[in-house]
Amino acid sequence: MAIDTAAPAAPTVRAATARRRSVPTGERITGGVSQAVLIACAVVVVLPFLWTIMSSFKTSRQVLQSPFTLPDTLHFENYANAWTQAGIGTFFVNTLLVVGGALVLTMVMGSMCAYFLARFRFIGNKAIYLLMVAGLTFPIFLAIVPLFFILKGLGLLGTLPGLAITYSAFALPFTVFFMVPFFRALPSSVTEAAAIDGAGEWRTFFQVMVPMARPAIATLSILNFVGLWNQFLLPVALNPDQRKYVLTQGMAAFAGTAGYSIDFGALFAAVVMTIVPVLIVYLVFQRALSGSVVIGADK
Amino acid sequence: MTTLAPTAPTTGGPTRAARWRRKNLTVDKVSFAAVFLGVPLAVYLVLVVSPFLQAVGYSLTSWSGFDDSTPFVGLRNYVTAFNDDVFMTAVRNSVTLVVVLPIVIIAVAVALASLVTIGGASNGPVRGVKGAEFYRVLLFFPYIIPAIAVGIMWGQIYDPSNGLLNGVLTAVGLNDFDSYPWLGDARTAMPATMFVMIWASVGFYVVIFVAAIKALPAEVFEAARLDGAGRFRIATRITVPMMRANIRTSLIYTGIFALDAFVFMSALNAGGGPQNSTLVISQELFKTAFTKGQFGYACAMGVMLAAITLLFAGAVFLVDRLTGGGDDLQEE
Repeated sequence: MAIDTAAPAAPTVRAATARRRSVPTGERITGGVSQAVLIACAVVVVLPFLWTIMSSFKTSRQVLQSPFTLPDTLHFENYANAWTQAGIGTFFVNTLLVVGGALVLTMVMGSMCAYFLARFRFIGNKAIYLLMVAGLTFPIFLAIVPLFFILKGLGLLGTLPGLAITYSAFALPFTVFFMVPFFRALPSSVTEAAAIDGAGEWRTFFQVMVPMARPAIATLSILNFVGLWNQFLLPVALNPDQRKYVLTQGMAAFAGTAGYSIDFGALFAAVVMTIVPVLIVYLVFQRALSGSVVIGADK
Repeated sequence: MTTLAPTAPTTGGPTRAARWRRKNLTVDKVSFAAVFLGVPLAVYLVLVVSPFLQAVGYSLTSWSGFDDSTPFVGLRNYVTAFNDDVFMTAVRNSVTLVVVLPIVIIAVAVALASLVTIGGASNGPVRGVKGAEFYRVLLFFPYIIPAIAVGIMWGQIYDPSNGLLNGVLTAVGLNDFDSYPWLGDARTAMPATMFVMIWASVGFYVVIFVAAIKALPAEVFEAARLDGAGRFRIATRITVPMMRANIRTSLIYTGIFALDAFVFMSALNAGGGPQNSTLVISQELFKTAFTKGQFGYACAMGVMLAAITLLFAGAVFLVDRLTGGGDDLQEE
């Protein structure tokens, strides 16, 4: 991957001192307008979150009073209510199981398949690769009805393992698509050395290639985690048993059923609890992600 | 490291990749191939490829799913679809989404990415605004939030009497919006929904384009600056043309996103909105299949949705060709 050779923000020391001395007025205006627009966008992004968090500590009556009144005290019972009465707790555990299982399956199958397609020549290699990539573009909605009956036939419909394996099947194209170029780029001298040392294909993969592929595996694990956590159509269509609901479909049911009798405080609390895990993962791994996305952060 | 999403990876063939020779087939290699290629491929074929193919077959039947009988009806489901006013409303709404959303999302994302990377004040080289990294991280936030949570959150923000939006509008003196039902009025339901979808996805493309702009050679910007080009000219004449491949891929992704829209619609107006103004194909398909049990008909809707997706992708490639692109097609 191209490294920071191109970052526009790499002025020489002399240029930097020159800049400090005199920045033309037109330049200042450009910079000022840019900042203003970005600050406005940042507010539009952040404000809904802050408002949601604030509302999650209000009682339903306070929510209905005014969008701006601050909560009189922090009503943490909203979180307790959402967790127990709305069933968010159960959905949360189900989601952890399904997403955890699906993530492991996706990364194991995805990196194995990508490795094989990237490093071995055989008839049909290109065809299989294209078949995988085609899965990125076709709408899931076309597949959803037959998928329902395939899972039913396999006895996997409405089960958490069935959901996990379906999640990972639909995450495979994305994973393979981005792992193949990575495995291709690894030097073949390493595998040759491993072969000369007597390592079989299995050992070469697990003891040589996987450690070398760690950055790619980490990046794709994060992206897949977010994608799987946010999965909505598959559970809604394939997981009808309420006790086995995952978080996203449980949220939809919670928001949809109660209408005006809904416990608004708990609803906002449920939204916050759905957001927090992905937010934590994003903030913790943001650096690793941005390293892969933004080539050479300008710090 | 890999690149994130729509940037096309280079796919140069393995120069010295191992070849399978018959005499080399050991237990190690055979088991390796069976597990490494066989298992993922089997899962993929059974759970992804075969449903797509079956859907096309079922779309020619009046299958109700309750028994094994799948009476062949030819293209009757398609004829029904074209005469189905509700479905055609859904098609119109989906087409509106796929025409508007990709253009708006990409335009906003390119603009923001340009501000972040080349919008900064200087008299020397082209540089980004202060805090560029902060904006990039922040703008990406909405993209990682589950779309259903985004939808529910915005449903509350749009709430006529307790929502944040009307609260802000009345606070600044626009009292007409005191209890305006953004999602309950056929005139505003769709634009309001579109805004949520843009809000949720634009940050992802900002990140993509920031990466793409930073990957461009710095000399190009310096040369443009020396020739007296302003920020706007640099953005429109240099970065956009040089990001053509990224923009094309991103347009196709946003198109797929716009044609789905199921989760946002479920959260904001599950029933299709006032006068079905936000009803989309995916919602109608889901209802036809899982509420009405008309699985054959639902599959026909799915085929039509896929056809619209392909038409859209074709249109993007066509426009790209007609406007002088195409040289970089081999990259993909």
